[in-house]
This record gives sequence, structure tokens and C-alpha cells, in this order.
Amino acid sequence: MRFVDEFRDAELGRAVATEILGAVEPGRHYKLMEVCGGHTHAIYKYGVDDLLPENVELVHGPGCPVCVIPMGRVDDGIAIAREPGVIFTCFGDMLRVPGSDGSLLEAKAAGADVRMVYSPLDALRIAKANPAREVVFFAIGFETTAPSTALTLKRARAEGVRNFSCMCNHVTIVPPLRALLDSPDLRLDGFIGPGHVSTVVGARPFEFIPADYGKPVVIAGFEPLDVLHAIRMLLAQLAEGRRAVENQYTRVVPWEGNVRALEALAEVFELRPHFEWRGLGFISQSGLRLSDAYAELDAERRFAVPGVRVADPKACQCGEVLKGVIKPWECKVFGTACTPERPIGTCMVSSEGACAAYYNFGRFQRGERAAL
Amino acid sequence: MCLAIPGQIVAIVDEPNRLAQVEVAGVRRNVNVGLLDAPEGGALPGDWVLIHVGFAISRVDAEEARATRELLERMGAEYEQELAELRGSEIR
Repeated sequence: MRFVDEFRDAELGRAVATEILGAVEPGRHYKLMEVCGGHTHAIYKYGVDDLLPENVELVHGPGCPVCVIPMGRVDDGIAIAREPGVIFTCFGDMLRVPGSDGSLLEAKAAGADVRMVYSPLDALRIAKANPAREVVFFAIGFETTAPSTALTLKRARAEGVRNFSCMCNHVTIVPPLRALLDSPDLRLDGFIGPGHVSTVVGARPFEFIPADYGKPVVIAGFEPLDVLHAIRMLLAQLAEGRRAVENQYTRVVPWEGNVRALEALAEVFELRPHFEWRGLGFISQSGLRLSDAYAELDAERRFAVPGVRVADPKACQCGEVLKGVIKPWECKVFGTACTPERPIGTCMVSSEGACAAYYNFGRFQRGERAAL
Repeated sequence: MCLAIPGQIVAIVDEPNRLAQVEVAGVRRNVNVGLLDAPEGGALPGDWVLIHVGFAISRVDAEEARATRELLERMGAEYEQELAELRGSEIR
């Protein structure tokens, strides 16, 4: 049992793995999706899937905020970054994401003032320190991250910072899950629910999955033992014929979520009619934009944004990876033309991306298993 | 940016803007604790919190903070990267 000794409680890790062995019906194949990129990372890093019986398959979901940004949005960001006088700020993970004509990092090398920030509040600080410049924050992330942008925009408005604006790429977790459940490509038996997103939204938004689709959901923490526990809980529901949302991560996730964060989201943002996801296409009501009350801080209203739609590169199969239809190593360019050093697709950029996680931790062992 | 890292609140440094100084792995930086405000009181010095992009997103007990830190330390490069980015932060 590779890495089980690194679990918080190795003894318990072995016991849960043994319970899982006892909970599966022979001859039945189980496909469980881990929604969050943080779980994907933990699974590969600690070899969680090596502890599972052959007939329990983990499928990686769309919950990596860097991975789901389509090329067109990168191109739009670069167009703003190239405007004279603009300081363009974003998280470090976003710098290397390829657009159709290079990344933000390449735009920076070509002269654009692109700066990595740790927090949207750092972007606001840069705006206040450079009143003669326009400072734009390229916001990405699910409900975990969106409240941080919301509170930053509230402060910018309260302080009357006129040279600060936000290009909003925040997305919400439920619409892509519904899209995956509606997709004929994929038959899933249950979901390992996202831990950090749920600290904000709580457990309730996932109740449609058992109610409308008859599948169990277990919200899980990020330790390998958490993920194993969640799998055990999902298999127990399936064996007992129950279908519910359960919370394995109660030490951090309250059932009701974070009311203050939800209030800030409701005040600052509104749903876009539709938003494009890399590989998943346009999904209705899945992305956030600034509400009318915050229109003056919206970079897309302040600058002329091309808004072009760019098809994903032909060779790249991030879409299939994000939908869980193929595994990273089944992509034609995985590890050859597409590597973390020179990524073609987003899933290879972020360390939470399924391709990068698999490339960094599991490549050879899994490759051997797949070849058997 | 996907990580949430544990830190301990040292002091509230800007009450109106809900900024607190936190200590993370020996580094002291300011973060916003406004998301933890509640009718029964907000974050206080000594509290352990999980920090994401300069915002405390949840309060945890000392044991959970320790276990999370150990998990992140074993993660290696990604945690180092996150700490490097935190060190570059100057929220005020």
C-alpha cells in the first residue's frame, strides 16, 4: 500500500481501504467523479487509486478554475493588457495558460505590464499606488475564490478607487455538474464533492444530484484519508440503496455554507446568461459578471474587449479530460507535445489540473498498469 | 492559487477593513478576515484560519491546522510556491 504510511492515521487508512474492498459488489463497475482539482492532486500524489479495487474507477471532474478558462478569455485579457497605461494583474497560475497567440507571460515579455498577485487585495493596492495607471484584475475561480474578489470590489467602490477594474471569469460549480449528468458520454455512480467550494456554498446546492439524478454525493476534505473515507461513504450509500448528500468534511464545511460570503456574491455579481468553458462549451448561467451596481468597476465595460471565440487546439483533448471521458494519459499529446514546461492545454498548466497532477506523480506506474 | 493554507491570527490591524496580521510558516502578512464575521463575533487573535488568496475562508481548530500544514508540507513544490506568493503580498 504505497504512501499509506503518510496518512494522518495509517492504521485507519488501511482499515478504510479494507472496508472499501468489502463494500463493492463483484462484477459491478463503479465510476466516481472527484469534482475538485485539489482532490485530483491528492489522489495522484498519495496513490489513493492504488488502494482501490480494480472495479472502482475515479474520474476527474471540471473543478480546476485555471483549466476551464477558454482560449478566447485569455486572448481578451491579453488585449486589455496591451492597452497603453494598463497594469494587468492575475494569479501566478494564470500566466502560462495559452491563448491563441501566446500566454500572458509572453505578452509580458513583449512589453505588456503584466504582474502576478497573490490576492485581489494586492491588485487594489497596486491601483492605489499608481493612480495615473489603469489597473485590471483578471479574476478566476469557483465560489471559493469569488467572495475574495467581491470583498475587494466592495472596498474599491467604498474608497472610490477609480483606476481599478475587474475582468470577471468567476464560475459556479453546479451548472457544469448538471451538464455532465445530462451528457450521454458519461455514466457516473457518485460524486466526491468539493471541500473548499462547499465552505462557501454549503451542502444544499448539491441536493439536486440525489433528488434529480439519483446519485450520491459526499463532500470531502483534502487529505488522502478524507478521500478514502468519502469513497467508503459513497459505496455504502450505493450498497444500501440510499441517495443523499453527506458531509465527510464537517470539521471545515458547515451545512449552510458561509452566509457572509454568499451575501457578498449576491451583491457584487450576477449570473451571465451563458459562459464558455474550455472543452465543455457554453453552459447557461454558469459564469458570474459584475452586477449593475458595480458596472463602473467592470473591465469588460471599461475597455474594448474583442470577445472573440477561439476553438481549442485540435491536438488538445482537455475537454474530454475535464468531462472525465478520457484519462490524461489517453490524450494524444500527453507528455509528448504537451508537458508542464510547454503546455498546449490548460489541464497541464495548473498543478491541480488532472494532466499536470498525473504527469508529476503517476505517469510511469499508471502507464505500466495501462499497458498490461 | 487553489490552496487554502493554515495561519494563526496575531492581531487585528485594520478594524474597518477587517484586516488581520496572520503568521503562516514563520511569515507574517495581512489578510482579510471579513468572511468570518458573525453575530457572535468575528476572528480573534490566536484563532487558526484557512487562508485563500489573502482571505480567511474558515476557522479551524489547532489540530486541524497542524494536520493541514503537515499535508501541505508533504506536497512540496506547490506549498513552497504558495508561500513564496504570500511573501510577495503586501495587503494593507
